[in-house]
Formats: sequence, C-alpha cells, structure tokens
Amino acid sequence: MTATATRPPAPKQPAPAPTPAERSVRRIAFSQTLSRWDVTVSPYLYISPFFILFAITGLFPLVYTAWVSVHEWNLIGGQGDFVGFDNYAFVLSNPPFWIALRNTFSIFLISAVPQIIVALLIAAVLDRNLRASTFWRMGVLLPYVVAPVAVTLIFSNMFGDQYGLINNLLGDLGIDPIGWHSEVLPSHIAIATMVNFRWTGYTALILLAGMQAIPRDYYEAAMIDGAGTVRQFFSITIPQLRPTLIFVIVTSTIGGLQIFDEPRLYDTAGQGGASSQWMTITIYLYNLGWGQLNFGRAAAVAWLLFLIIVIVGLLNVVITRSIAKAS
Amino acid sequence: MIRSRRTTASAALAGAAAIALIATGCSTATDPGAEGGEITLTVATFNDFGYTDELFAQYEAENPGVTIVHNRAATSNEARDNFFTKLGAGSGLADIEAVEVDWFAEMMQYSDRLADLSDPAVADRWVDWKTAAATDAEGRLVAYGTDIGPQAVCYRADLFEAAGLPTDRDEVAALLEGDWDRYFEVGQQYVDASGAAWFDAAGAIYQGMINQVEYAYEEADGTVIATENPEVKQIYTEVLTASENLSAHLAQWSDDWFAGLSNGAFATMLCPGWMLGVISGNAPDVTGWDVANVFPGGGGNWGGSYLTVPAQGQNIEEAKKLAAWLTAPEQQMSAFAAAGTFPSQVEAYESTELQEATNEYFNGAPVGQILIERSQAIEVAPFKSVKYFPINDALQRALTRVDVDGTDTIDSSWELFVADVNAL
Repeated sequence: MTATATRPPAPKQPAPAPTPAERSVRRIAFSQTLSRWDVTVSPYLYISPFFILFAITGLFPLVYTAWVSVHEWNLIGGQGDFVGFDNYAFVLSNPPFWIALRNTFSIFLISAVPQIIVALLIAAVLDRNLRASTFWRMGVLLPYVVAPVAVTLIFSNMFGDQYGLINNLLGDLGIDPIGWHSEVLPSHIAIATMVNFRWTGYTALILLAGMQAIPRDYYEAAMIDGAGTVRQFFSITIPQLRPTLIFVIVTSTIGGLQIFDEPRLYDTAGQGGASSQWMTITIYLYNLGWGQLNFGRAAAVAWLLFLIIVIVGLLNVVITRSIAKAS
Repeated sequence: MIRSRRTTASAALAGAAAIALIATGCSTATDPGAEGGEITLTVATFNDFGYTDELFAQYEAENPGVTIVHNRAATSNEARDNFFTKLGAGSGLADIEAVEVDWFAEMMQYSDRLADLSDPAVADRWVDWKTAAATDAEGRLVAYGTDIGPQAVCYRADLFEAAGLPTDRDEVAALLEGDWDRYFEVGQQYVDASGAAWFDAAGAIYQGMINQVEYAYEEADGTVIATENPEVKQIYTEVLTASENLSAHLAQWSDDWFAGLSNGAFATMLCPGWMLGVISGNAPDVTGWDVANVFPGGGGNWGGSYLTVPAQGQNIEEAKKLAAWLTAPEQQMSAFAAAGTFPSQVEAYESTELQEATNEYFNGAPVGQILIERSQAIEVAPFKSVKYFPINDALQRALTRVDVDGTDTIDSSWELFVADVNAL
C-alpha cells in the first residue's frame, strides 16, 4: 500500500514542520527482488544445460586448440613461446599437408559417392513389401557392427600386394597384380572399400526411414499418370528425401574428411605409406603431434581441418538443395 | 506448482537418486591395495620379449597378492607412440614399460619422469655400455637392460639344397664368411640358380649395415649429419643396388612378409636373437630354417631393450622389484628359451645353460653358442641420440619407396629423405 507524501501548503505563515509519520518510505522486501529475478533470469537457466554442455565439450576444445596452435608446444615439454601464425604458415607450406589433403578428398569422394548411390538403391529395395523384411533390414546393418579395426586388418590382408586374396583372384582371371599398398589410386580404392563395407548398410537404413515417411499417394498418383518405377524413383523419392539426403551427406562429409582408423591400420608402419600414398589429414596431424611431438603444428592442422570441413559441408548442402529441388 | 507432500517426497527422492548417480560416476579407481597388499602390476612390452604366462605365474606364486597383466604391442613403433602420448598426458602408462634402444636416447630426455631404479644389488648385472646408456645426467639409473640383439644369418636349408648350395651350418658359415660384397655375391649365385629372392627386404639389410657404423646420423654432441655423411649415402646406394635382384621386395612386419616366412619367398635373413622367436612363431610348419654362425662384416647388433618404471605409476616399489626380477639372469634365460631374446646380463654369458642352448625349430642349432660368438664379434656400438629414431624411420621409408613400392628411383627417394630430415 503506497502512501503519498502530502505536500505541506505554501507557508503564508510559519507552518508547523511536517511530522515524520506523514511520510512513509516504500521498503522493498527481498522476496520481491527474488521474484523479479525469477522472471528475468530463469528462462536463461532453463536453456542453459545445452549451452553449458556445448561450452565444455564443443567450445572449450575449439578455443583451447586455437590457443595451442599459436604457441610452440611440445607434447611432453608443454607450452612454449607464442609464435603467432608460424605453425599455420609451416603447415600450409609443407608439401605433405597438400598431399594429405589430396588423399583425403580422393578417399572421401571414392567412398561417399558410391556409398550413397548404393545405399539409395538398397533402401529402395528394402522399402518394398519383402518377405522377412526385418531380417533383411537387420542383415544390412551387420557390417556396421564389426569393429573397424578388425575390418581394416582383414581387408588389408586381403589386399596384400604379393600374397593377398584379391590379387590371387585377379591372377586367376588373368589380370596383373595391382599394387594395393604401393600405388596411390588402388590404395584409395581399397580404403574406400573398407569404409563402404562398414557404412553402406547404416546409410541405407537412414534413407529407408526417410523413404517410409513419403506419402504413398504420390506413388499412386504417379502410377495413374503412367510413370514407371524408375521415373517414380527420380521424380518422387529423391526430391522427397531431400532433408534425409542432406543429413546423410553432411555426416558422411564430416566422417569422410576425418577418416583415421582405416588408413592407419592399412599397413604396419601406420604413416600412410612410404610416399604418403594414402596419408590422410588426420594421419598427418597424428604424425606431427605424436610422432614429432610437435603439438603446436598438430593443433594448426586440426583448426585447418575444421575450417575445411565447415566449407565443404556448406558446399554439400548447397549442392544437395539444388539437386533435390522439389519439382 | 502446488506443493503437496507427494511432490515434495518425489522431489527429494529424485534429488537423492541424481546425487547418488553422480557420486558413482565420479568415484576414483579402486584403491590399489592400501591394506593387505593386493595389487595389480601392468607390464607393457612389444613384439616378443619371451615373457610367457608361466614366467609371470611363477612370480605371482612367489609374491602372493601381486597380479600381473601383460600388454604386448605389435611393434616397437607402436610402443613408442603409446609411450610418448601417455608420458605427455601424465597418466595411462603401465607400471613397467619396455623401451627399445633405437628410441631410448629420445626417451632419456624425459628421464625425470621415470622412477630412479638405482640399486646396489643390480649394479654389476649388465655390460658397462648398457648400464652407462641407462644412467641420466644426475647419475640415476632409470632402466634395466633386458636383451641385446647380436645377429647371425638364418637360412632355408631346403632352398639352399635345391639351388646347389651347401646346407650344413658350418659350411654355410664358411661360404658367407667375409663382408657384405661376399654376401651379395653368394646371393647372386642363388638367384641365378633358383629364380627366387635371396633376402627379405632392403630395410633389413640396411639396418645390418648401418648398425656397424659408429656415428651414422648424429655426431657425439647431437648435431645431425645424416644427410651429409658419405657413409650413409654409400650404404643406402649399395643396399638398393643389390636389392634390385636379390630382394623379395617385402616390407618387414607386413602381412606379405609374414607370409613370406613360410612360403620360401626368400632364402636368408639377418637374425638377431629375438628374430628366432618371430620366425618359429609365424612359420610353425616350415622345417627348413636353420642358423649359421656368420654375419657379413663380423658382427652387428639389432635392437635390444630396457625396462623402465614410469614415475606416474601407483606401485613404484613393487614395479621396481618385478623389473629387477624380470631382468635377472635366470629369468632372461627363460625368455631366451621361449623367444630367443639374447641376455645382456654378464652372468648369463658364463652359464652353461646359455652355452649349451639349442633350438629345436632350427634343426637343433646351438643358438646359445652361435649368438655368444656373434656378440663377441661386435666391434662397434652405434651411437644413437635423440633424433636417431625419426631419421632412421625416414630412411626406411626412402628404402621402401624404391624396394617395395617402386615409386621412386634411388636418387629421387634420397632427395625426399633429405627433405624429410630437414623438416624435423
């Protein structure tokens, strides 16, 4: 309840001084302050868990890596002097970096493009009314369950240059043995095969989920209009799959540009080949940081890889939007 | 929200459950035996040290309350990667870590992160140069020597016979007696007669030759001379020229190389003690392997390791005790019997057990006697300093480019090697 102070009338004659009892000051209780804070601050608190988690697991590593990359940093010795962009300059002028970039993109394209195409086809087949459809859908995921290390060791043995299974089969067919571990492109194809073996089924299931969300009336309408299966596939399925395709392409971009397990275990030395035939950026990063113990340079490579992935990811989204434009 | 007794109670229960969950997640690892002495010691080795499960069981029986877990990395390279990663991280290393001589000097830079293993009881256990190498600038002994790698020549007696060469051990020793040119000469004879390869890899022959040079890659003060040292270039060229006809073009430790041990892809190999276990383990069905008491150039050492106890471990005293036990002459002799790892302990050389040791897989060859004589023939202890490992690694890649991959010529591969060394 507020009380207004009454203004004493203009003195025509000396009036008595106003008594303190006539003016009462408004005292704000602490609970009122609290409730005001409650209204303004609590929305931020409700949404904060995500941001706190992101800050810890996402933002902090990014910032810390940037911090490491502008110093001379030894893996064991620790932080050294501030060197600005010297580490970046070294990496960008070091030929192995560009070779690694070439290898990474080559392996990525050879693995991602056929993988998505084959996964689309598999998903289209699985989308139909098959007998024991759950069995087929689980079966397609089996390669994903095998540990990537095991897959790599076995495939690497199969792709052995002199005594591998694949070269033996090719020899039986009359083809000369291919240098899977000595030439650039064959090694990329071999590694891409391992990646596709693992991820095609997974991608197929994600695309299948997207396909099953497409309303069936479109297909019925198309059938009435006389469209064949292939026409329906290209004109209905793919445009309607656009959001799923974007997701699949972006995640396979991120994974493909970061590929490490398969190239590292492809031979015993683990350095991506004697002439860096299959050395990817992550292996180059590992060699710098843990082979030469130069953490600063490795951090610079990490940030450059981050920027490359962001750029390529955005490019992919743009391309996918234009390819899968709803007709 | 209306506060009823029920919502208060469920709120309290949820809070207690959440706190309990977080508490279990944050609990530290189980206390390693503060009371009662129940401890677990991890031992990390690579390749095959000859430490069998029976050996560890013997220690566990003699020391109740100790459980030993043995982790084996496939190669010394992987052990090195793992060691430096976790040394930098400050945790994660095993209680006992094995270190190979090639990266031992690199590791000694961080000797302050290893426990002091000095102990008067083991003071005279090893040859002088082995102990001196393991003592840091402050006089702390930080590693116990395990084995050394005196080399002989392993050969396939059955393939020799088919090519018209002598098969008896002593005759083969007389045949190959001499220097590397002699070895390549006999190899050419074999290749002409049989059409198959003489040795497995240029990389293996190269290490045999470079380990006979005292100052190959670095001067005594640590300056890198690898790219200017004429000896290095000359050995490099010699090996690759010989490899053109005589090499099986395999990369050591690759799947193809392991297959080659069995299928007769090559007739001879340079064999340090520890290689005997590798051959017998990976080519169990082959009966033709034998060992000759000879080495081109007299003698050479390949490998040899140490056991260290990282200071970040939880059970330093117990680990030190186990390391001392494992590197005792008796235990090294059991390792020798299991995998051929030749002892570096002085006492072992006088033991009749070593002098009379034979290896059944190698047709009863007197491997103890052979390796003792080969180790006595070693004249040069190669100086290996901080950058030895990366430089040697770069040169092995240069050899692989020419010998295995065929992507480069001798000269172009050397240019790439020089670029690699300059970038270090």
